[in-house]
Amino acid sequence: MKILVCMKQVPQKDAPLKLNDAGTWIREDVSYEVNEPDAFALEEALRQKEKRTGEVVVVTAGPARASQVLREALAKGADRAIHLEGDAFVGLDACNTARAIATAIKDEKFDLIFTGLQSDDYGYAQTGVILAEILGLPHATIIMQIEKTGGGIRVKRELEAGFFQFVDMPLPAVLTIQSGINKLRYATLIGIKQAKMKPMRKVTMAEVQPAMGANLQKIEKLYVRQKSKNTEFLEGPPAEVAKKLVEKLKNEVRVI
Amino acid sequence: MDTILVVVEQREGKLNRVSWETIAAGQAIAAQTGWTLEAAVVGSGVAAIAGEIAAKKVAKVYDIESATLEPYTPDAFAHALKEFLEKHPAKLVLMPHTYQVRDFVPKLATALQTTAISDVIGVRHEGGRLLFTRQMFQGKFVADVSFAGSGPCFVTFQNGSFRADTVEAGAAAALAPVETVNVDIPDGVVRNGPQEVFKEAKQAVDLTQAEIIVSVGRGIKEQKNIDLAKQLADALGGELAASRPICDNGWLPMDRQIGSSGQTVAPKLYLALGISGAIQHIVGMKGSRSIVAINKDSEAPIFEIADYAVVGNLFDIVPPLIEEVKKAKA
Ligand SMILES: Cc1cc2nc3c(=O)[nH]c(=O)nc-3n(C[C@H](O)[C@H](O)[C@H](O)COP(=O)(O)OP(=O)(O)OC[C@H]3O[C@@H](n4cnc5c(N)ncnc54)[C@H](O)[C@@H]3O)c2cc1C
Ligand SMILES: Nc1ncnc2c1ncn2[C@@H]1O[C@H](COP(=O)(O)O)[C@@H](O)[C@H]1O
Repeated sequence: MKILVCMKQVPQKDAPLKLNDAGTWIREDVSYEVNEPDAFALEEALRQKEKRTGEVVVVTAGPARASQVLREALAKGADRAIHLEGDAFVGLDACNTARAIATAIKDEKFDLIFTGLQSDDYGYAQTGVILAEILGLPHATIIMQIEKTGGGIRVKRELEAGFFQFVDMPLPAVLTIQSGINKLRYATLIGIKQAKMKPMRKVTMAEVQPAMGANLQKIEKLYVRQKSKNTEFLEGPPAEVAKKLVEKLKNEVRVI
Repeated sequence: MDTILVVVEQREGKLNRVSWETIAAGQAIAAQTGWTLEAAVVGSGVAAIAGEIAAKKVAKVYDIESATLEPYTPDAFAHALKEFLEKHPAKLVLMPHTYQVRDFVPKLATALQTTAISDVIGVRHEGGRLLFTRQMFQGKFVADVSFAGSGPCFVTFQNGSFRADTVEAGAAAALAPVETVNVDIPDGVVRNGPQEVFKEAKQAVDLTQAEIIVSVGRGIKEQKNIDLAKQLADALGGELAASRPICDNGWLPMDRQIGSSGQTVAPKLYLALGISGAIQHIVGMKGSRSIVAINKDSEAPIFEIADYAVVGNLFDIVPPLIEEVKKAKA
């Protein structure tokens, strides 16, 4: 099985985010990490490869710093990487990101393409499905299990409120992977060493430009949402806060 | 006249409740813009649902039918709606942001060479154009987004963004006209073979009955710290629950997960420890009568819906809290 995994670098979960002066985007001086479901997608690709044989290729579209995500993936066992590199890949809508990735891999034939189900920054929840449409492939979303069958694969889709569904699909196919599908591995020291020798292909915006179009949605303004609820903040040293909170639980919430 | 089309969601012939919220959104936008509001239901043998919607304030309802639309597949739904929208152009196409919609709308929008603005929580008509507010960065910010294409613009609404009970009924005794549209979905269009929908083995705990819930998120850091939350839950006489990553890690069983893919609860007290408040978590607990959040990040989205908020390190606050609760109960 030859598997492509789309991986994105996003601001770290705990990083305090600040708006830029124009109020259109965040200030970029934060720490970054791999988008959580993408890490699970990589793990799943590695497990599928280990069950049979094959190749795992990782791809990202983003600035120079995003190569960190690819290096980590190579250290965990991916075979090679593709970096669509440049600031021009920041701020694209999901369709243009998918177009760029589709163009970068046009000479390759993958059996499976994985994306995360959603990015933590933009949260479009669309890139994988759009990629499938551009490539003319079937897709399934929010995947929690993948099994090879005679003619193709059987995947387990997560539905709302604790429901699931198995879906049979032919290959090649695009799947968007849900966090928690497996247990993540750590990179080993040997893996980190070997990663340095693995191929990383760079792709510029100029190379994919002919396939790109205008962004059809535009962020006019980014801001912190006005609170609609009257939240009471309890302040002071921990012991005092604990006392205040118990007072509230007793007299207002009435659960003690 | 420009048209707004609301595509409602049905499963096994029953209207999905959030569809009413989307109709409410459509009515609100129609009132602001003066555009015509129409609705559509997609499926096989779903005329009854079309009839149900026709009693509301909408200009027309389409019943888009094909035997191939049941069971749901993204291929069939995208094919049917593409064919429909090419014959019945709309400026805006509104849907609830459900798992099913997430599954086919990006494909449909791409096939029609347009875009879908996803996870929208509000709409404003300002200076002659529409601005859609959507969450970004896991709810830490929201963005006003404009549509820069020629249409149709797809918009999907997050659960709870509009109120289902504000849907306006149509004029007395006058139902909106219903038109049946039979679509042809040729063999070969549908590539996936969906099986029956099922629920995993019976749940051991029913958190929907709990009056007090202490819920832990990733702020708890390590599996061994779960015990601290357990002590607090025990002191309060409540149940322990968690955000998704805690259950994904196997630190607590799946049946204690709260949120869109877990349980929906409405206890008297929901005490969130180290939970950021992502929308998929919030939809499962926002109906709680009182919400207390303890989080070290003063900007955490959970505080937007909390009644009582404590900004601080949960490891400093929970131990004295357990003591105070015990004292108060003694
Ligand atoms: C389709 C889909 C379905 C999903 N379904 C669900 C679902 O059903 N339920 C669910 O919960 N999630 C669900 N999610 C995941 C959801 O988007 C969030 O990723 C998740 O809820 C985050 O969990 P968290 O708040 O525990 O972790 P984080 O977002 O990592 O937040 C941890 C919080 O802890 C705080 N913290 C850290 N250390 C401390 C400390 N010492 N003291 C106090 N506070 C501290 C941090 O400030 C932060 O706010 C779903 C996502 C998708 C895309
Ligand atoms: N710039 C990018 N580079 C690589 N993969 C991406 C990029 N943007 C999105 N993806 C993939 O698409 C998934 C869904 O992202 P989104 O559509 O933004 O919610 C992510 O989890 C990634 O797997």
